[in-house]
Amino acid sequence: MGRLVLSRLGGLATTLLLSSVVIFGSLYLAPGSPEDVLFGSRTPTAAARAAVRHQLHLDQPLPVRYWDWLTGVFHGDLGRSMVTGQTVSSRVGHGLGVTLALVAISMVLVVLFGVGLGTAAALRPGPVDSAANTLTSVSVTVPPFVASTLLISAFAVHLGWFPASGIGTGALGELRGLVLPACALAVINCGFLARITRNALREQLAKEHVQTALVRGLPRWAVLRDHVFRNAVPPIITAVALLTSGMFASTLVVETAFAVPGIGMLTISSVAQKDFPVVQAVSLLLVAAFVICNAVSDLVQALVDPRLRTAGRTA
Amino acid sequence: MTTALDLQPAPAATPARRAPLTRLARARAALGPSGTAASLFLLAVLLMAVAAPLLAPYDPNLQSLLDAYASPSGAHLLGADSLGRDILSRLMFGARTSLLGPALVVSVALLVGIPLALAAAWFGGTVNALVARIFDLVYALPGLLLAVLAVALFGPGLVPAVAALSVAYIPFLARIVLAAARQQRVSPYVDALAVQGFGAVRITFRHILRNIAPVVIGQAAIAFGYALLDLASLSYLGLAVQAPTSDWGVMVSDSNALMGGYWLPILAPGVLIVLSVLSLTVLGARISGERPQPYLRRRRAARTSRTGAAA
Repeated sequence: MGRLVLSRLGGLATTLLLSSVVIFGSLYLAPGSPEDVLFGSRTPTAAARAAVRHQLHLDQPLPVRYWDWLTGVFHGDLGRSMVTGQTVSSRVGHGLGVTLALVAISMVLVVLFGVGLGTAAALRPGPVDSAANTLTSVSVTVPPFVASTLLISAFAVHLGWFPASGIGTGALGELRGLVLPACALAVINCGFLARITRNALREQLAKEHVQTALVRGLPRWAVLRDHVFRNAVPPIITAVALLTSGMFASTLVVETAFAVPGIGMLTISSVAQKDFPVVQAVSLLLVAAFVICNAVSDLVQALVDPRLRTAGRTA
Repeated sequence: MTTALDLQPAPAATPARRAPLTRLARARAALGPSGTAASLFLLAVLLMAVAAPLLAPYDPNLQSLLDAYASPSGAHLLGADSLGRDILSRLMFGARTSLLGPALVVSVALLVGIPLALAAAWFGGTVNALVARIFDLVYALPGLLLAVLAVALFGPGLVPAVAALSVAYIPFLARIVLAAARQQRVSPYVDALAVQGFGAVRITFRHILRNIAPVVIGQAAIAFGYALLDLASLSYLGLAVQAPTSDWGVMVSDSNALMGGYWLPILAPGVLIVLSVLSLTVLGARISGERPQPYLRRRRAARTSRTGAAA
């Protein structure tokens, strides 16, 4: 188990380092100079431009700048926003909490409804199953931005139950503001999870050892709990992890639609303003969220299934 | 004599007339009712996109503020949006940009992904491990994030968005091609061809690729649907197709209509997006050979065998 954790942590660090090189390098290659953002529409004198470039360390070669940035990151210094002058870490830190809360609420909804619907479909063949199948077939094609606009139209504009944009203040206000965005994120993911749950359970239900247990007269619930659900859990965990990491990408859309001040909206607005230090930090953060979700899924799998605990040795 | 001459073309004409009919019937049987409905819907959307200039009642960008938020009527079949533009015409022209982007993404992903996957499957060993590792690495990056980064670099537009999504979709399709091709690689017919002296390129492209074609085409249809969703999301955010141009994603972002409580300007493109993607996934699953649910199949099989026995 310890070995597995170590190997996953190693993989995590490698991926993050590689992506940081790619992200830093690609922003360096972008047409136009980063300091142009500061000058706006004015044309600076050569001396002023040189002074600004020197102040931002833009006159140094790329590897030096990357090294400075990387060591800064390890000291918790992500640089300063080109647009607002705030430190990147303060801007990112504020949004991170909101985004994590949004993803967490949404994931609770997805697990409750997705696993619930999938289980119902698996255990009740016939009308329940086909109704669930129709529902999930449609829900996996409703993109978060369409779900967002429909939810805003119905529950914010027409009924006025929730705010249409922004989140309130205080824990309750924030929660109220996050309900609709969380639902918008959940629609498509619920469908995916329900399908995976249904198929995983069906696969286990068809196994001979399950049939044997039932024939021997074991109570149905006991067979379901000990033989069906227990074996169906690993693919469901993988799916939950994949969907969670996909959700971080979808926050780009949903947070912008609802004007939720999280990482996603920060990314989109920084991209629009060409605020590269912020773009660098948030995209690295999103990649990190992605990679961490996948690593956590591997570890939870190993906790659930003892046979996987030695996997670190082969991986 | 004359009768013989009159009759002669008839036998030739009958099979010629019947052949496409049976082929159509066979396609309908293979696709099933849902697949047939899906392909008919997609054909209608495609027709709408191709013939938009002929079919559309108005110029999609013609504003007439007096008609803003007009309800559906004879003049505007689906009403008008916040700037008084005809929604039906915008949907028709929007189909062009909304379908062009994903078509490009899937084409590029196939053109790059298939040769890579076939090479990896053919050579196996280190090549396979290396290519599979690269696919895994790219697969771990969300396409939407890549596209947003591309926009940060090159500015908003369809080209950077399509380019970034193409990169993200290469592993999506190539991993499936690789898995299917590796199964074929070990089958006896491949060895037989190799023994006869056929080259690797000929065997992989003319035999292996042809045998896994249903899976590749089916998955490409599904990828088309997801690329459509991603590009519409980007256009909604104002990062891909730009505002005055009609595009389904752009149309959903009409926030004036949203806040004014007018739902049709937003619902209409949203429904088109959902139905198109639904049709593509249903069709893709049918083509790549995913069977419908077992209990349905059993019931239908029982019914047909019973009727078969009765006849």
